Amino acid sequence: MTEPTGLLARRNGQGSSANLADVLERVLDKGVVIAGDIRINLLDVELLTIKLRLLVASVQTAKELGIDWWEHDPTLTTRAGRR
Amino acid sequence: MNEPAGRASYAYAVARSFDPALLEGVRGVDDAEVHVVPYREIVAVVSSVPLAEFDESALRAKLERLPWLEATARAHHAVVDSVAAHSVTLPLRLATVYRGDERVTEVLRQSYPRFRTALDRLAGKVELGVKVYTQPPATAPATSPSSSSPGRDYLRRRRAQHRARDDAWQRAAAAATRVDTALAKLAVDSRHRPPQSPQLSGARGENVLNVAYLVDAERAEELAAWAGRLEAEAPGARVEVTGPWAPYSFALPDGEEPA
Repeated sequence: MTEPTGLLARRNGQGSSANLADVLERVLDKGVVIAGDIRINLLDVELLTIKLRLLVASVQTAKELGIDWWEHDPTLTTRAGRR
Repeated sequence: MNEPAGRASYAYAVARSFDPALLEGVRGVDDAEVHVVPYREIVAVVSSVPLAEFDESALRAKLERLPWLEATARAHHAVVDSVAAHSVTLPLRLATVYRGDERVTEVLRQSYPRFRTALDRLAGKVELGVKVYTQPPATAPATSPSSSSPGRDYLRRRRAQHRARDDAWQRAAAAATRVDTALAKLAVDSRHRPPQSPQLSGARGENVLNVAYLVDAERAEELAAWAGRLEAEAPGARVEVTGPWAPYSFALPDGEEPA
């Protein structure tokens, strides 16, 4: 943090190195909403409404933490309250 | 492969016109090459994707799978980021899909005034993310020599831990207020977001402030430097700066909620 130049100089690398939670909160919750031809309301996607609020840092991190509900929890109910 | 039937146009961003050659080699979702769809002096940046994989039911199913979601979100962001490196950019929300480039042109025509206004507002600006976290207190104070009552020792220890956590939170919250007050003065706009979950983001400490600032591009370094200085003055808080980002959080004027 004492090297802001270093931080902001990373600009071009950010596409791949940005924290997934930061990316998701932007591409899902922000950005311009224009009606597409494919009608998909992101708010209707259960994963997004129920679980994504948790903002997983990365699939790998989550797996390391033993969080793998997206593989075993299609009903999206049992384990959500455990965190 | 180039069969137009069965293809759809996935749109990433609307931008002021720029040399499309600059996007050569940039790939988007589904590893597809991106191209621009022009209308007057603005463009949409799109790529051709298989309709069968991006129609409503396919998307709905895939969005529930985190690995797919992660790959798609990162691909979407990578394109937005590339465009933002060359032009004023209005990021579109994930999974904005049309039945072809002609439809994209039509949308550009219909929403042209709105896009122009937004692009004018965002010209020369970048978004910086700033988060303030608690600095986790040094491991629980060594337990004092135990009295004859283990139960009471336990309760005392628990109370001390709770107090340490509360203190850490309050120090960080106070720092967060100072940080936000100071940085907001350098920014032209700001958006507060819910704190990110520490259990899952993997970040150290608890996230007490999560805010995006819209700042003149030439003041971005200054804002980051300020954040660093404020962190140094606030032991007990960690300040993290991310970006510059394309202005995702400011794509809609304040108060305008997505339909």
